[in-house]
Order: sequence, then structure tokens, then C-alpha cells
Amino acid sequence: MSLVALLIDPLAHGFMQRGLVAALLVALVCATLSCFLVLRGWSLMGDAISHAVLPGIVVAHLLALPLTLGAFAAGLFTAWLTGRMAAASRIRPDAVMAILFSGMFALGLVLFLRVETDQHLLHILFGNMLGLEWNDVTEIALIAVPTTLIVLAKRRDLLLAGFDPAHARAIGLPVGRLDSLLLILLALAIVAAMKAVGVLLVVAMLIAPGAIAGLLSQRFDRMLPIAMGAAMFSSLAGTLLSFHADAATGPAIVVFQSMLVALAIVIRRRKARSGATA
Amino acid sequence: MKNRSSQGRTFSPGLVVSDLWVTYANGVTAVCGASFALRAGTITALVGVNGSGKSSLFKAIMGFLAPARGEVTLSGKPVREALKSGLVAYVPQAEEVDWTFPVLVEDVVMMGRYGRMNFMRIPRAADRAAVSAALERVGLAELRKRQIGELSGGQRKRVFLARALAQESEIILLDEPFTGVDVKTENAIIMLLRAMRDEGRLMLVSTHNLGSVPDFCDEVVLFNQTVLAQGPTATTFTEANLAEAFGGSLRHIRLGGGALHDDDDDRRVTVLTDDERPLVLYGPRDAETLVKRPPEEPR
Amino acid sequence: MDVLFEPFAYSYMARAIAISALVGALCGALSAFLVIKGWSLMGDALSHAVVPGVAIAAIAGYPFALGAFLSGLLAAGGIALLRRLTSLKEDVAIGLIFTGFFALGLLIVSLRPTSVSVQTIAFGNILAISDADILQVLVISVLALALLAMRWRDLMLAFFDEAQARISGLDPWRLRLLFFALLSAASVAAMQAVGAILVIAMVVTPGATAYLLTDRFGVMLGLASILGAVCGAVGAYASFFLDGATGGLIVLAQTGLFALAFLFAPKQGQWRAWRLRRAAKAGER
Repeated sequence: MSLVALLIDPLAHGFMQRGLVAALLVALVCATLSCFLVLRGWSLMGDAISHAVLPGIVVAHLLALPLTLGAFAAGLFTAWLTGRMAAASRIRPDAVMAILFSGMFALGLVLFLRVETDQHLLHILFGNMLGLEWNDVTEIALIAVPTTLIVLAKRRDLLLAGFDPAHARAIGLPVGRLDSLLLILLALAIVAAMKAVGVLLVVAMLIAPGAIAGLLSQRFDRMLPIAMGAAMFSSLAGTLLSFHADAATGPAIVVFQSMLVALAIVIRRRKARSGATA
Repeated sequence: MKNRSSQGRTFSPGLVVSDLWVTYANGVTAVCGASFALRAGTITALVGVNGSGKSSLFKAIMGFLAPARGEVTLSGKPVREALKSGLVAYVPQAEEVDWTFPVLVEDVVMMGRYGRMNFMRIPRAADRAAVSAALERVGLAELRKRQIGELSGGQRKRVFLARALAQESEIILLDEPFTGVDVKTENAIIMLLRAMRDEGRLMLVSTHNLGSVPDFCDEVVLFNQTVLAQGPTATTFTEANLAEAFGGSLRHIRLGGGALHDDDDDRRVTVLTDDERPLVLYGPRDAETLVKRPPEEPR
Repeated sequence: MDVLFEPFAYSYMARAIAISALVGALCGALSAFLVIKGWSLMGDALSHAVVPGVAIAAIAGYPFALGAFLSGLLAAGGIALLRRLTSLKEDVAIGLIFTGFFALGLLIVSLRPTSVSVQTIAFGNILAISDADILQVLVISVLALALLAMRWRDLMLAFFDEAQARISGLDPWRLRLLFFALLSAASVAAMQAVGAILVIAMVVTPGATAYLLTDRFGVMLGLASILGAVCGAVGAYASFFLDGATGGLIVLAQTGLFALAFLFAPKQGQWRAWRLRRAAKAGER
């Protein structure tokens, strides 16, 4: 089979077209956000929110509301509660976060088994990339594209608020509101990614691209395109691999990202060494 | 001036550092060729700028860093052996301690006894007695059931002094014991250190609180990667030596004779400080060059 | 009344309750250390990182514990290596490694479906645990608990004050290695009970609850261990009536107790803080 056929053949299938479009959209929004999360020291906030969405989905189902709305609300609520509880007690923030998101996840799990839904639990957790319908893809696009655009439009403010909050405040930026905005955008990205890669693996997509970009460039403006490129390449490669090798799609994408991280480390070390000798 | 160096320099073996070199894995040499010897029953100040290798020296003395060359002996024994017999106690800097850790005052002091306990570290009556005695001595007996974070800055310091006491060590290393401590506590700690000295213990105090050094230290080691000067405080802790040790990194205020008074006394007042309690020197004209306290309010 | 005792009539239920309590006790004890050191994320990382080891061990026919243990150590080494080779922050390094390992594990399972299903890895399956697995969990838990009972004071000293630990003749590095070995082993055991995703609660929540209730580490350790055991037993017992979601129920019990302590702990509780604030305000007036 030629290389071109390797790439083209899968696209003859409708489910592959839909899966690929979804994977690229998710890659785009997650990569954009990951640059900020990595710099802000929030890389594990994604982990917390993504686990916490589960009870929201069940409750939304019970109330006949859109599932994404429930997921979004539950995720955001947990992030807010983490901040409040960490400030009020002597438990460290990392422990508060771990307790809350695992508690929410457990609640979701128990509720899920008590409530009849048409949702498949494993699809929520691990995604169902190759089983998406066009209306799913449209929904992902409707969340992912505006989210990406807002992040890009506000990138300088978000960057400054993350890098030097005191200075940002001094020049009149509403730092607290920018943090909230970033949280909201993060929750949106997770909700968008949920159907494609599942809530468990979206964490990886929210860390790796930013880390790759950070390793390869010291300049933030270059980090964004690098992160997007790396994430989209991984999505493409992972989706194709899952087609040809009959492997789970989400994990395949993440494994490709991990390989790119390793590659970025090698390149970084090469550069540092040649810089040192020059 | 309290100065014990006149008792002569016959050494009962205390802390001996000879030709010590410490090199880190990344190739940075922190200590190069340091040698000095300290007697039991003295308090010595280890004075040097930040990054002068003071803490590396401490680590080498406590055996945390293996010297690249040279050796350290404690009461005549090599480091490893000395640690095994509980000869060395260490009073950490306040910043090194996690004050939210769920331990009571008495728990921390009990940690000084671990080296003497059995495999399971279950305290015996002797251990409890030593802890109570140590707490009594530093005046924390009433606060023994408090969590350490609930103490004031000075009380926190005293907990770790009590631990050193409970450990019954001959050699005590103190890392910046006066940082963040008010004058009253500082004096209380100094009294305690003096009493411990009179029991024959050896104390090495790393400090950049220059002003208090003449108050309680018998000896001074000026340090910057190696020993720049060592000797009795009166003769070693001089403006010239300090200038060499600190280079330009101290705030240095000089007031010439004319600005202070009308006679023809040509001494100058020198204030050396790195923003802790300043060291004030007025002289030189005779051997007693060290003014103990700073003037009221410098104008 | 009989209904309440019904679970004990089934040997699989009695076994599940006993094993959950045992694993809960072990994880609870370890959680005391994780919480005070701020290492919660390491607990999360290890529980995810053991998954590829479990998958490979299942394919190759080795005991899960062995594979999990090795891949847990590999992940811990990987995090250390990442930190050394790059300037990445710790949370990023931890996140990269554990998501990468987790994804690799899932990929392997999807390529070579075996006795370990994704479902078992994600949620555990204590109600249908095999005799061989029970033996593994028993050996791990009893050994680890015995080790902890003997060495907890040394671990406490090493975690609280490394310098003093060394001066007392302890080796903090060896103790740290011991701790992470115990944590890896406990993660494997806990994975069987509640699944990889919820192990984090087992190794964090009881310790945090205990931390709100006492100022003494020894008490905290015992309390965390008891809380872990009780929640393990209660969750497993309740799952008889609630169709199987054992892991979710165990963790819900733990989270519930944490919430109670958070609100009503005698010294650290919010209720007391609120009353004190009100009293202060009234005093001002």
C-alpha cells in the first residue's frame, strides 16, 4: 500500500471523515488552551474539571437538558468550589482538588448506574471518535471554534495575567475575571472534547501540546502555532493508526503526542548543546 | 567584652575541618581548601555572604555531602561515626521547616531522641524525661501540646533548640538562628547558647546578622568558599576582614569625625549591615573597637 | 432487619467487604503522608501509570502486581528524568507522564483484548475478584501495613525534617523509595477495589479528613487508616443494594466524611470559623 493510499483510503469512509474532523477541532482548541495552562501552572485543572463533569451529565439527562450544559456546569462548579475550599482550610489546594474531583466522579458513577440513560459510560470516559454523527461534529465545532477564537483574541491579556498578575493588575487588567474566563474556556474545551476523546484523555491533550511548544520555543507567539501543529499532527496520525491497526482512537492520539514530547526534548537538548559549544 | 580566647588555645578535639573541598555533580566547587579547628565549649560565628558556601560547609560537616578532598572530624571521630553516636545536632532555618506539619512541640523535640531509640522508635522513660527537661529549659513546657505552627517566631526557634538539647549532642550547628526574631527573643536565645557553651558544648552559628556576633561569639570564621580569617572575635571581626569577606555586598555607612563632633578625634563610625541588625564600628584607636549596640536612631 | 444482614450470606460479598476494608486501611495510612507532603498528584499519577504494566502482565501471564509495580516505578523515574532533562514544571512533568502511560495502557488493551477489560481497569471489580487476585491483594496489604507499622516514625521524620533524619542515622532517599514502593503496591491493590480513576480518592481523602481532626501525625495516621477501612467496608456493603458500583460508593463515603469534617471539625471546621467570625463582629459592635 502506498503512503498516499495509507492516508486517502480511510477517508473514503464517512465515519472516518467525521472522526478526523472532530479530532482536528478538538486538537485545535485543546492546543490553544494548553499553552496558557502550562504557563499558568494549571495543567492539572483540566484533569479535575474533566472528571467532575460526569454527575452533570447524568443530572442534565434527568432534567432533559442538553448534556453538554450539565457537564459544563458541573465542571465549573467543581473548579469554583476547589478555590473556595482551599482558601478556607489548611488542606493544600492539590489535595482539595483531588478530593473534589474524585468525589464528583464517584457521585457521577453511582448516579449513572442508577439512572437509565442512552449514553454509554465508556463512551463518555474514552470517547467514541469513530462513532460520531454529523450533528455531533457540528456541536463540537460550535463549541470549539468560538472557544479557540476567544482565546486567540484575548491571548495577550491572558498571557500577562498568567505571567505577572501584579503587573497586570497595575495596568488595569481585571485579573480575577481573566482567570474566570480561562476556567470557563477550559470547561468548554473539555465539554467539546468529551464526545471525541472522552473525559479521561482530554487531560493529555490539554498538557502535551503546550509542553511541546514550551520546549521548542521561548517566545509565546511562536508557541501557539507549534502547539496547534503538534496537536493536529497527532490527531491525524492517531486517527489513521486506529483505523489501520484497529486500536482505540483517543489513546492512539495521546501516544503520538507523547512521542512528540520525547522528540521535542531531544531537539531541545541538541539545540542547548550546540548553543553551548558555539 | 566577653571573650574566652584568652584561656589559651589548647584544643580538646571539637570540630576540625582540614583542607576540605566540596564539588557538586554539575562541577561547581562550593568549598575549596577550607581548614579550621574549633574547641569544645565555644561559640563560633560562621560569617559570609549568601552563596559563599556556608550551607555547603554545613552539609559537609553533617555528612550530607561527601567531600571531594580533605576531611572533617567531630570530637576526634570521622563524620559517619560521629553521626552514628548522635554527636551532632542541627537547628534548621525557619524557612526549611513545614510549619503546617501535624506535629506537636513535644513530638518535634522527641525527634532528637530517634538516634538513641530502638528499631521501632518507641520512646522509653529516659527519652520522655530528656524531652521534658529540654522543654523546661527553653521555657516551652507549657506549650508542649501545641501544634508547631501555632507558635510565635521566637518560640519556633526554641523548639528546635530544645530538640538539640534533647539529643544531648556535643556539637550543635545553627543555621541563621536570628532571622525573623525580635530583640527580646534574640537575647533569650543568646542566653541559652551561652549556658550551653558553659556546659562544654561546641556551637557553630551560621549568620549574616553581623551586629549580634560580638555579643555572644567567642570565635569567628569568615568564609567565602574558603576560610578568609579565623580567630577570636575581638581580633578577627574587624572592618578590614569584613570588607574582604563581603566585598561590596554590605550596606556600608561611614561617618567621618567632623560630622560627629568638634574635637580632633579622627576615628570614624562605620555601620555595616545587610539589612539585619547593623554592625557599628567606631575606630580604630585601641583594641576595643567594637561598639555593641547601634546608636539610637541614625540620622 | 434480615435485609441488612443479607449481604453477609453471600461469600463473595463478605470477601469484597473484607478486602475493601483492608485495602482502604492501607491506602488511608499512605494518604496521611501524601496529604502533608502535598503529593496528591503523585498518587493520581501512579494509579494511572500502573495501567500499561497491568495490561502487559495480563498478556504475558505474569501477576498484575509485578507489572503494575514495575510500570509505577518506571513512571516515577520518568517524572524525575523529565524534570532533570528539561525545565518543565513539576505539574506538567507529572501530567505528561501519567497521561502518556495511561493512554499507552489503554492502547495496549485495545490492541490485545485479554482478561483485563478497560472496564475492570477503570472501575475495578471487587465483587468478582478471583482467588489469585485476592491472594495478591492480601499479601501486598498485610506486608505493606506491617512495614508501615514498624517504620512510620522514620518516614515521618524523613518527610518532616530530612536533615534531622540523616543526623539520626536514617537514609531519607531509601525511605522515600520505600514509600513510593508501598504507594505503587497500594495503587495496584486499590485498582482492584475501586478502579484506576478513583484510586486518587483512596490515597488522598482519608488523610485530608484526618488532617482536619488532629494535630498529631501518629493520630492522623491511625485515623486515616481507620477511616479508609470503614469507608471501604461500608461502600462494599452498600454496593450489594445499589447494583455493584462498589468503587463509586466507597469513594462517596470517603468524600462524605471529608465534607462533614470540613464543616464540623472541632478546631478546623468551617462551622467554628463562622461562629468565631460572628462573635468577633458582635464584639466590635
